[in-house]
Amino acid sequence: MTVLASPRRTPGSTALTGTGDLARLAVRRDRIGLAASVYVITAAVAGTAWTFRKLYPTAAGRAALAATGGSNPALRFLYGRLSGSSLGSLTTWRYGIWAGIFAALVAIFVVIRHTRSDEEAGRLELVDAAAVGRQAALVAALATAAAPILVVSGLLCAVLPLVGLPAAGSAALALGIGCCGLAFTGITAVAAQLTTSARAARGIALGALGVAFVLRGVGDSAPQTGAAGPSWLSWVSPLAWIQLARPFAAERWWVLGLPLAVAASGTGLAFALADRRDLGAGLLPDRPGRATASAVLRDPFGLAWRLQRAALAGWAVGYAFLFAICGAAAKGIGQLFGTSTALEHEFTRLGGQAAITNAYLAALMLLAGLAAAGYAVSVILRLRTEETGGQAELVLATATGRIRWAFSHVVVAVAGSALLLAVAGVAAGLGYGVRIGSPGSEAATMAGAALAQLPPVVVLAGVAIAVFGLWPRACVPAAWTALGLVVAIDLFGQVLQLSHWIGDVSPFTHAPRLPGGPVAAAPLLWLCAVALAAGAAGLAGLRRRDIG
Amino acid sequence: MANAIEVHALRKSFGRTTALDGLDLTVSAGEVHAFLGPNGAGKTTTLRILLGLLKADSGQAALLGGDPWRDAVALHRRLAYVPGDVTLWPGLTGGEIIDLLGRLRGGLDPGRRRALTERFELDPAKKARAYSKGNRQKVALIAALASDAELLLLDEPTAGLDPLMEAAFRETITEERRHGRTVLLSSHILAEAEALADRLTIIRDGRAVETGTLAELRHLTREYVDADLAGPADLAGLPGVHDLVTDGQHVRCQVDHAALNDVLARLTTAGVRSLTCRPPTLEELFLRHYSTERDVAGASG
Repeated sequence: MTVLASPRRTPGSTALTGTGDLARLAVRRDRIGLAASVYVITAAVAGTAWTFRKLYPTAAGRAALAATGGSNPALRFLYGRLSGSSLGSLTTWRYGIWAGIFAALVAIFVVIRHTRSDEEAGRLELVDAAAVGRQAALVAALATAAAPILVVSGLLCAVLPLVGLPAAGSAALALGIGCCGLAFTGITAVAAQLTTSARAARGIALGALGVAFVLRGVGDSAPQTGAAGPSWLSWVSPLAWIQLARPFAAERWWVLGLPLAVAASGTGLAFALADRRDLGAGLLPDRPGRATASAVLRDPFGLAWRLQRAALAGWAVGYAFLFAICGAAAKGIGQLFGTSTALEHEFTRLGGQAAITNAYLAALMLLAGLAAAGYAVSVILRLRTEETGGQAELVLATATGRIRWAFSHVVVAVAGSALLLAVAGVAAGLGYGVRIGSPGSEAATMAGAALAQLPPVVVLAGVAIAVFGLWPRACVPAAWTALGLVVAIDLFGQVLQLSHWIGDVSPFTHAPRLPGGPVAAAPLLWLCAVALAAGAAGLAGLRRRDIG
Repeated sequence: MANAIEVHALRKSFGRTTALDGLDLTVSAGEVHAFLGPNGAGKTTTLRILLGLLKADSGQAALLGGDPWRDAVALHRRLAYVPGDVTLWPGLTGGEIIDLLGRLRGGLDPGRRRALTERFELDPAKKARAYSKGNRQKVALIAALASDAELLLLDEPTAGLDPLMEAAFRETITEERRHGRTVLLSSHILAEAEALADRLTIIRDGRAVETGTLAELRHLTREYVDADLAGPADLAGLPGVHDLVTDGQHVRCQVDHAALNDVLARLTTAGVRSLTCRPPTLEELFLRHYSTERDVAGASG
C-alpha cells in the first residue's frame, strides 16, 4: 500500500489525528499487564530499600556489605558498581540496573505489540484506513510505553523518601530508571521499523538490551583502579547510566541527559523510517527460505520442534550466560552475607542448609526451576495459540490425531525444560568450579541439583495441559496465574511467613534442595504422578471437546 | 454408488446461537457438490463437524462410510481439506507447508505438486508471513490437490484468488472430477457452483432449503419471460404469473412451469415480435431464497 506524496487533508486533520483514541485502545488492551509491571518495578525497588534498612541497621554492617559486594567482580557484573555504603547507594546497587532492565522490557514488549505486531497481523491496516493520522499509531504506541515508565518514576520519587532515603537521591534513581525505559522506547521504535516480523523486531530490541547489559557488565566488573581498563564500556550502555548518575552520592544530573538523547534520536529516526516505508514492509529484507521441506518436517513432532526451536535456543543461551555468572558469584558469598546476621538467618532458612554457599546455589537452582516452568507453560500454551490462530485446524484435518498433535508440544516442553535445567546446572557448576578449581565435579553435581527441579516443572506443565484441555477459553490466564502463585509462594512465602500448607501447594516445596540437602524418592515420584494425572486429564478433555 | 457424505438432522449450537438446525446433506461418490449459502448459514460448522473438529449435538453424520468424530484420523488419510480462512505458520515457507501437510496426510505426489505450483504461480520459497490472502489460499489448495485423497472438502476455496487463478482452480476441479474424486465445495460464489457442480445444496440458517441438480432446482422454479408484442396482452391476474412489468408492448414476468402454456398462448394471440424465455440463473434462485424475508417485509409494509 503506497501513500500519495501530498495527501489532501481536511482542515483539522493532521498526521496525529486519532492518537488519543488509539492510545486509549492500547491502554485498554494492556491495562492489567501495565498495572502489574508498574507495581512490580516500584515494589521491587522500594521493597529492597526497606529490606536493606531492616537487615543492615548499622553503618558498619552496611560498610562491610558494600566492601564485599564491591570487591566481587561477578556481583559487579550482575548489579554494577557501588557509589558508597549508604542505604540509598545499596538500593541503587542492588536494583538500579535491574529496575532499568524491567523498565526496558516493558518498553520493548509494549512498543512492538502496538506497532509491528499489529502491522503484521493486519490490524494496523484496518486502523490506518480509518480517519487516523499517519503517525498516530506510532505515537500512541510510544505514549502507551512511556506512560507506565513515567508513572514508575513518579511513584518512586514519592515512595523512596517515605522509606527514609534522601529526596534528591530518590529523584535521581527514579528518573534514572525512567529515562532508561524511555531510551529503550526509542530503540524499540527503530527496531519495529526494520523487520517485517514482530518476533524479529522484538529480537533486535532484546538483543540491544542484552548488549547493553554485557557492555556495562564488562565495564563494571573491570578493576576500578587504572584508567586503561575497559571500565569506559559502562559509559556506552544505557543501563549503566542509572548508576553513573550517582544517586545518593553527589548526583551527576547531566548523565540523565544521555538516555533522553537516545530516546529523542531513536523516536526521531523511527518516524523518519516510518515515513519512508510502505505499510507492512520493513527495511531489512525477508530472506527467501527453502522451497521444499527438510526431512525433519515430516510429522507433528518435527513441526513442534521447528516452531519452538528458536525460542529454546534463546532461552538456553540466556540460561548459560546468567547461571555461569551467578555460579561464579557463589565463591565468597558467605562473607557477603556474613555482614548481616538477620540476612544470614534468612538465607539459611530459604535454602534450608547450614552452608551458605550451598544454600545460595540451591536457591539459584530454585530460580532455574521457576524460570524453566515459565518456559514449559509458554510452550504448552502455544497449542492454544495454534488452535485459535487456525493452524491447528490444518494439522488436525490431516491424519494427525489430537493427542499426537498436543503430545508433540508436550515433548518439547518437557525435553526443553530438562535441557534448560541441565544448562543452568552445568553453567553454574562451571562458573563456581572454575573459581574454586574443580569445574568438572562441580558441573556434574550442579547438573544433578538442577535436574532435581524437573518434576515440579513438569507438574506446572501438566497444569497447563489440564486447563488447555478442560478449560480452553481461560487456559492462558489460568496457566500463568498458577505459575504466578507458585513463584510468589516460593520467593516470598518464607518472608511473608505464610502458613505451612500454603507453602505445600507449590510443587517446588517438595523437590530436594540441592546441593547439600537430602534426597527422598517419594516426593519426586508423587510430583511425577500429579503431573501425569493432570496431563492425562487435559488430554482426555482435549479429546472430547470442540476445536477452535 | 455409495454416498461419500451422509448427514441427517444435524444440530449444533454454540451457547445460545444455533449454527445448525436439523441439516440434511447427501453427497454421492464421484460428484462435485456445491454447498451454497450466505455468510453465517452454517457451511463452515458443517465442514468442521465432518472433519471431527466439532462434535454435533445431535443427528447423524457419516463420511466415507465412517464416523467423522470417532474415526477422524483414519478418514483424514482419505480426504483433503482447505479451510475458508487459511492461516499458516509465518516462519515457514509455502513449499515447506505444502510438503508438511502432504506428509501429515500420508504422502503427496511430487509431480502433481510441481505442476500445481506452476499452474497457480506460487513462489514456494517465500515465508508465509509475506504471502497475501490469495497466496495463502493457494498454499492450502496445492497441498490438498497434490494429495491422492478421494474426497476434497473445500471451504470457499477461491476467496482471495484473482480471476486468472479462479479459472485455474475451475480447470483443476474439472480434472479432479474426471479422475473420480468427490468434491464438496462450499461457496457463495454462484457462478463457480454453476460452472462446476453436479448437484447442489442451498443452506440457510442451519437448514438445507433446496437440494438437487441444477436442472431439478430449475424445475422447481419459474421461467423468466421477456417479450416484444405486436399488440397489448393482458397477463395480469393470470395464475402463476409473477413480477409482471408491462411497458407499452414490452412485457417482462416470471412464470411458473404449470402456467407457461397459458402465458405463451396469450402472448402468441397478441402477436410475438421477439421472445426470450430462459431458466433463472443460480444468482436469481439464490436471491429468491435469501430475499424472502425482505419481500415479506416489503409486502406487509
